[in-house]
Amino acid sequence: MSPRVRLAVICVLAAGAVAIPFLFGPYRVGQFTLVLVYAVAVLGLNLLVGYSGQISLGHGAFFALGAYTAALLIEKASVPYLLAVPAAGALCFAAGFLFGVPALRLHGLYLALVTLGLAIALPQLIKRFDGLTEGTQGLTVEQPEAPGWLGIEDDQFLYLLCLAVTAVMFLLAWSMMRGQLGRAVKAVRDGPIAASTLGVDLAAVKTRVFAVSAGYAGVGGALYVFAIGFVAPEAFTLTVSFAFLAAIVVGGLATISGALFGALFIEFVPVYAADVNVALTGVIYGGVLIAFMWVLPGGAAGLPRRLRELAAGRDRERPEGPRGGELHEEDADRVAGTAGHAGAGAGGLRA
Amino acid sequence: MERFIQVLVDGIATGSIYAAVALALVLIFRSTGIVNFAQGEMAMFSTFVAWGLYEAGLPIGLAVLTTLALSFVAGVVIERVLIRHFEGGEVLTLVIVTLGLFILLNGLAGWIWGFGNRGFPSLFSDETVELGGVTLSVESLGIVAVLLGVVGLLFLLFQRTKVGLAMRAAALNPDASALVGVRVGSMLMLGWGLAAALGALAGVLVAPRLFLDVNLMGAVLIYAFAAAALGGFDSAIGAVVGGWVIGVSENLAGTYVDFIGADLKILVPLAIIFVVLLVRPSGLFGTREVARV
Repeated sequence: MSPRVRLAVICVLAAGAVAIPFLFGPYRVGQFTLVLVYAVAVLGLNLLVGYSGQISLGHGAFFALGAYTAALLIEKASVPYLLAVPAAGALCFAAGFLFGVPALRLHGLYLALVTLGLAIALPQLIKRFDGLTEGTQGLTVEQPEAPGWLGIEDDQFLYLLCLAVTAVMFLLAWSMMRGQLGRAVKAVRDGPIAASTLGVDLAAVKTRVFAVSAGYAGVGGALYVFAIGFVAPEAFTLTVSFAFLAAIVVGGLATISGALFGALFIEFVPVYAADVNVALTGVIYGGVLIAFMWVLPGGAAGLPRRLRELAAGRDRERPEGPRGGELHEEDADRVAGTAGHAGAGAGGLRA
Repeated sequence: MERFIQVLVDGIATGSIYAAVALALVLIFRSTGIVNFAQGEMAMFSTFVAWGLYEAGLPIGLAVLTTLALSFVAGVVIERVLIRHFEGGEVLTLVIVTLGLFILLNGLAGWIWGFGNRGFPSLFSDETVELGGVTLSVESLGIVAVLLGVVGLLFLLFQRTKVGLAMRAAALNPDASALVGVRVGSMLMLGWGLAAALGALAGVLVAPRLFLDVNLMGAVLIYAFAAAALGGFDSAIGAVVGGWVIGVSENLAGTYVDFIGADLKILVPLAIIFVVLLVRPSGLFGTREVARV
């Protein structure tokens, strides 16, 4: 895509996004608000998993931490809700940093284990500290209301508010991944040893990405409180972490736009799946994780490229994880290098 | 003092169940280098099958044996049909695939059997015995005995039979094994089959102590991960010792440390995983990891 076409596409999409609350009823608008909420958290997870190649199965925990931070600040400390968003993001950034300092020493599998444990333990912790969190009963939070001079409904305002925050977070991620941090992150993923000889501080880069990623989940959590107006431990089970993971795989690892596809997927699939059977969502999530890894490792955002590949009759690549569509385009010249690295990575773990 | 010993024995019994799952994880990790996140859900699924057979009128012993055989076949099929395609791929891909299997099996079980919980009959009588002045349950002792029996059988399989030797060779060096005539693919299938059967055994042992529902193995899996991490992911002895240590420390902490209680017991394995991985990432008995540049 030439830059001009790309700009046009983005403008059309942005106009469409702004128009949504004026085209649909309140119920649909609420659903689209949640899509935006999930998109922020999913984008955060994708920065970590897709771009830096580290695995977190526990981003639901940071999402919950952000949600509870915002809820407590708004309800118990009467903080204005717009301040609660950066506060939740900052706290989760700090928590991610603290968690990341020891966790970054654990590569691959072990990080997955520890974060999985975190996701399982957090709802228990929320229940245990029920003096602060109201335990299983949950906390009701007043939702933001549209100021009178705007002349729009509350649900429309809520949507636009989330849209604004989401847009900022997407722009931030895009510029970060284009810049020095993004290059360092990808270098760490694709060739850690080479990167360290070039002066990239592996530990520092990994911790920073983990912290940024947790911060995104925290902002998503705060927006979730706006959208739902209620938090309870049952809302933050392991299912949330799994949904985020399914979202980045469906949307496309290491893509910015993929987060939106993924968020649409995890918002609307459960709604329609529940009509058939409550268990169907799990079956679909599990099925797509396997199926996408098998046939479409680039996710939805990588589909055009994959189709071109198939049309050109090229040999099917082995699924190698975090190499989504956008990346192929940027780093086509590096593909030979990554193939060699895959073998080294597997060998190192097996030794 | 009697209470302490009861807690201890109970911890070893629970620990034996964790050890069985951890052994299954180690079996798969050693042969294919994959940490199978779906291990617990495979076991849960098997346990539901055992429950279904029992409800259909089979005696519980026969139902369990049939389930073990079926689980073995299922493990073999999963390796051949699904995992084979991804073997040797990146860690991230493998984690996502086994996690997908985790979620898929959980959903399927919920679809077939619903999300309610149900009782599961124990393999052992609910009597107690007096040993040296301490009252112990037959069930706890039975579980420990079963685990020791399984460990003995596995030891014989790997150390004294030709198939076991071939499996070890295939795990150690697939290429060289293939050159000397070992059918590496079959060995991997065998490993997955054994692991699935082991997990099923853990499932039917743990189900009477909890309730059988689709989340039966969620916590058990974390405890088993902790056991495997503590013992070293490639050490069978480590898995057993690790399981016992985790089981005992979980029970002691849950009983004697007020702050932890029943709610926060799950933090014990988490803390253990964290400390072990930071202090000694290869675990107590594992092989130190060497990176090739």
